[in-house]
Amino acid sequence: MQWGTVNTSTLIYGGGLREALSLKGCSSNPRIKRRVRVSVKEKTDLKHKCDHCDRPATVTEVEIVNGKKVRKHLCDVHAAEEGLSVKAVHTPINELLTNFVKLHSGQPETVTEETVCETCGLSFTKFRETSVLGCPSCYAAFERQLGPLLERAHEGGSHHIGKVPRRAGAGEQRQHQLTSMRKRLDEAVASEDYELAARLRDDIARYEGEAV
Amino acid sequence: MSLRQMTEHAGEWLRGSGPHSEIVISSRIRYARNLAGFPFVNKANRRQRHEILNLARDQIMANRLADNVLWVDLLESPTLDRQLLVERHVISQQHAKVDDQVPRAVAIGADETFAIMVNEEDHMRIQVLRSGMQLAEAFDQIERIDDVLEERLDYAYSRRFGYLTACPTNVGTGIRVSVMLHLPALKLTGEIEKVRRAARDMHLAVRGLFGEGSDALGDLYQVSNQTTLGKSEPELLADFEHTVVPQIIAYEQQARQALVRQRPDALDDKVHRAWALLTHARVMGTEEVLSLLSHLRLGVNLGRIENVDMRTINELFLLTQPSHLQRLTGVEMDPAARRVARAKLIRQRLTR
Repeated sequence: MQWGTVNTSTLIYGGGLREALSLKGCSSNPRIKRRVRVSVKEKTDLKHKCDHCDRPATVTEVEIVNGKKVRKHLCDVHAAEEGLSVKAVHTPINELLTNFVKLHSGQPETVTEETVCETCGLSFTKFRETSVLGCPSCYAAFERQLGPLLERAHEGGSHHIGKVPRRAGAGEQRQHQLTSMRKRLDEAVASEDYELAARLRDDIARYEGEAV
Repeated sequence: MSLRQMTEHAGEWLRGSGPHSEIVISSRIRYARNLAGFPFVNKANRRQRHEILNLARDQIMANRLADNVLWVDLLESPTLDRQLLVERHVISQQHAKVDDQVPRAVAIGADETFAIMVNEEDHMRIQVLRSGMQLAEAFDQIERIDDVLEERLDYAYSRRFGYLTACPTNVGTGIRVSVMLHLPALKLTGEIEKVRRAARDMHLAVRGLFGEGSDALGDLYQVSNQTTLGKSEPELLADFEHTVVPQIIAYEQQARQALVRQRPDALDDKVHRAWALLTHARVMGTEEVLSLLSHLRLGVNLGRIENVDMRTINELFLLTQPSHLQRLTGVEMDPAARRVARAKLIRQRLTR
């Protein structure tokens, strides 16, 4: 079934969507498109230049319009401009992050010193691999490295604005206290000192129950 | 309430009511929260994970949140139940995986408007889900839940970074606002890519029916924020309520009207073909069903077809999913048998 081009060019949009929703160059024809990623070998054999510039073409697109074959050769830049970028258009944010961290912390000068979170033992190198931090204290431990990364992931945001938990009034000291108590409890259980563990458990319960 | 009772109908969010329900299927808000003093789930040991689970359960089930909250221990639940909860958008696909033996659970509000996942990526993922465009209501509800839990639980929080989360992409407010939109006309007219690009420019993510990496089956798209640091919750909400959602709605409506004006025969053909297939086919795959239901839904919204109501269509989006189908028929089936049962269920629901 042919849907043809629907003329919606009389629409008016305000705000930030306007530009990106620009209806210029709207191609909604159900042309049968076949996108071909040219492999390196083929590329050297074909030696096509981009239709719009002198860079080598990395994308070849074959469109069949009314039974006629039209072949386009485009470089990465122009392919992206025409919306023919072959790579997944939507990169998950985690992947972006991972790539970004790798890029920015993989520089030779920072390799010399490995930062490790003292509370949970996570190294920054490990974080780079997984994009997942080990514990709340990691944020303080890696504050310097995380700064630019967070700004990039959050539209330049570097400091929290918004809700503050009521208990946060008593704040970070209370959290440190809980962290160290829980750590001691964990060590007690690990060394099978159940008497100490029971005592620590009571302490923690009492501390948690205290009004802030 | 039990999981069994849940199956018969869709949750509140698929009621097909609520403002702008012809385009906005549902509004969702989730908060990521972690308890102070513990490592994040991935780094916590077995004992700590159990302790987190117990602490959370005590507070969630203490009756201060709501009556008749259902607590589901996922490690002890059969695969079919876990898949059922994924299909209902109560838990994430990640949370349904139990091979790592992490003790996981979910608490579900009786009307399914809220759910709290425990030991997913963060200690707690609180979510509120409402039908139609109801972000303001969802926000009030999730704030109430969060405030109640916070009275007795110490959240990991820092002055600079806000609520601390396992993945730094969620740090700050820990909020994710997301609306599920039905955009068949933008898809049919090929304009959907523009919405995707516009969304990307506004730092929003566009995902399919089942979140990250999933296809937009049934022309259902989830639009959500990615920025959580440096922007307050009300600010973000206002972006969605006053800019993002109204503009996408307007754009979809324009595309729908353009179809009616310029391609009425083609439109009617799509809609009635969908009806014919849905009411007569004997073997149906999930993807085909979602695509046909999408066209039928469009037809009903535009008044091109009349003998079916919105709620039935919305429910079929859910009830034709594999786990629901098996629960409804009461037997476990292989995919081939499911396709036959699916076609039968649709015929029954649409022609009764």
